[in-house]
Amino acid sequence: MTKKEKKGKMKKLSGLEKWQSERIDITQKRFRIGDYLAEKVIKGVAYLSIAIVFLIFVFVFRESFPIFNTSKPATETQVIAKQDSQETYGAVTDNGSAGQKQETYGAVSDSASKSNTQETYGAVTDQSAAPKETVQAGDSTNSKNKTSDTYTVSAGSGSDDNRSALKSMASKEWVPVSANPRYGLLALILGTIKITLISLLFAAPLSILAALYVSVFANKRMKELIKPTIELLAGFPSVVIGFFALMVLATFLQSVFHYETRLNSFVGGIAMGIAAIPIIFTITEDALTAVPKSFYEASLALGASKWQTAFFVILPAATPGIFAAILLGIGRVFGETMIALMATGNAAQMDLNPFASVRTLAATIGAEMAEVVFGDTHYNVLFLIGSLLFIFTFVINAVAEFYVKGKLMKRIQGK
Amino acid sequence: MINNIRKNFKGAAIEGVTLFSALLIIAIVIVMFTVIFIGGKSQLTWEFLSSFPTDGMTKGGIFPAIYGTALLVIIMSIAAVPFGTITAIYLTEYAKENSIIAKTIRFAVRTLAVIPSIIYGLFGLGFFIKFVGTHVDNSLYGGTLHWGQPNLLWASLTMALLTLPVVIVSVEEALKTVPQELRAASLALGATKWQTIRKVVLPGSVSGIMTGTILAVSRGAGEVAPILFTGAAYYLATLPGLGDQFMVLGYHIYVLTTQSANVDQTLPIQFGTTCVLLLLTFVLNMSAVILRYRIRKKKNN
Repeated sequence: MTKKEKKGKMKKLSGLEKWQSERIDITQKRFRIGDYLAEKVIKGVAYLSIAIVFLIFVFVFRESFPIFNTSKPATETQVIAKQDSQETYGAVTDNGSAGQKQETYGAVSDSASKSNTQETYGAVTDQSAAPKETVQAGDSTNSKNKTSDTYTVSAGSGSDDNRSALKSMASKEWVPVSANPRYGLLALILGTIKITLISLLFAAPLSILAALYVSVFANKRMKELIKPTIELLAGFPSVVIGFFALMVLATFLQSVFHYETRLNSFVGGIAMGIAAIPIIFTITEDALTAVPKSFYEASLALGASKWQTAFFVILPAATPGIFAAILLGIGRVFGETMIALMATGNAAQMDLNPFASVRTLAATIGAEMAEVVFGDTHYNVLFLIGSLLFIFTFVINAVAEFYVKGKLMKRIQGK
Repeated sequence: MINNIRKNFKGAAIEGVTLFSALLIIAIVIVMFTVIFIGGKSQLTWEFLSSFPTDGMTKGGIFPAIYGTALLVIIMSIAAVPFGTITAIYLTEYAKENSIIAKTIRFAVRTLAVIPSIIYGLFGLGFFIKFVGTHVDNSLYGGTLHWGQPNLLWASLTMALLTLPVVIVSVEEALKTVPQELRAASLALGATKWQTIRKVVLPGSVSGIMTGTILAVSRGAGEVAPILFTGAAYYLATLPGLGDQFMVLGYHIYVLTTQSANVDQTLPIQFGTTCVLLLLTFVLNMSAVILRYRIRKKKNN
């Protein structure tokens, strides 16, 4: 017993050289502490990736949670002041134009003098949302104002704030920094969907056709040219693609299509499409090559030509895989931040015109998180947007993974 | 006869369309690369690479950004590569292919790969800075702010999570290229499983681990969204340590193009920085592609 224990200890200390000089008894399975520990450690580390996904969800959601807490007590005076300004402001919003807002508010500001500067700022954001260039040029100066403003706003963040924030989420206006902050997500969601559609319309046909070419028509040399090139494109940092879109693509597309605002959802969509091409291409190509060779040969033997085989046999057989590719492409575009920040104009407006500036959900987080006060309502709302993005991509991935792959396997195996 | 020619023509046209899409993608890559390279070529001097920004960022070099990027990817690799390799070992060596736990881990890894990078930024802020950092500060420093703020360490760890799936996938691919017979032979000679892994499987997949590391580094060097609010800084006069904010190439590009007041004045620097970042990732990816093709060749032999 003691001998055995000693042996175990020695082995643990000196490792493999010791083991090599030892005699091995193959008839019985000895308990080896090193092996046991190694297996446990490896297992533990492997489980970590599950834990990380879980933790990401928990912590992103945790930071957004306070917004659902509408029963937090706030001091009376603050609540009264808030309600006062909100009501007046709400009435004004119904009336409409930005100029009016400022005037009316000037009168109100006698009662709530503190928030005067903030309101002016809110109005400014409204105006600068329309012409794009002002937003961009004045961004750095604006952001300085923002930080100082949000401090005062956050001082009064209480239950009432949360309630109005939650209510305002279904509205169309995204004005997070003002005395009466409104967190209307509709414009952001619309912008994200619009840009996703544009980029998919650009990237999906292009990459699917290219994948078809590579898997059916191309000879070995072309394959060896195209595949590494696309792998290299996958390695392009998104900030580089964003820079390219901002500096070159925007000017080029404007000179071709003659639209008004230089940075808009069209430019952003094309740029994000470029970023999504490698994903869609790779997964489609995998799906196409997974189609058994016998399909191809049978079709040719029946007298179909090469392109007929490609479009009527191989492509339909791989549709679930292509569907998965498009889904993951959507996921990529949906969460793309840097390109959205640099090339879309970043103005939150409800506009279906593809040549209008948009602001996406991810870009909103990226642009505003650095300037927000920890624990503020605005901060919570940004985290809430993050949770939405997380849930969305998680679901997309789950669908692509389970539903689509099962279907693909079934179809290919002919069940 | 005529019908046949028409059919051939149609076929050629359709094939041409697919060829055109493939070539268009290649053209996009080439155009992007050349435009940025030509724009930034004149900036690629030793002075630009080795000096600090001067005159309110309108002149001078990008040395702190290069230094910050290097530190970021080194710390990131130290965290991500061992963890990724071990997970890959578990998946290929220990877990049964169709067991629920292996499937769950694979699904988790793929989920990690598709989560938008900005979410990692939020996680870094919510977990590393606000949770871990604040707790460390409270217990070790009595509540004064040391680790509960954006810094290089938290940014690197955030980036490590982001690049973890990259490492796992490429190491797993490499581990699978080690023939099953080698494992069987080693076990038959009396080696234990762990010894087999250490002495037979891992040495056979060093190139795969290298590929994973290179790909992770290239990804980490290029991503900006996760470090937007976990540590990247606009301008710093000194080189950063673990607990400081830092400058980084990608963030430098973003800041110069969208946040600075005089965008036109800094145009050469923007192109120069983008060119440096692009060349860096290009070289890294190129070597990863070559390594991977060699691994695949080995597998096919």
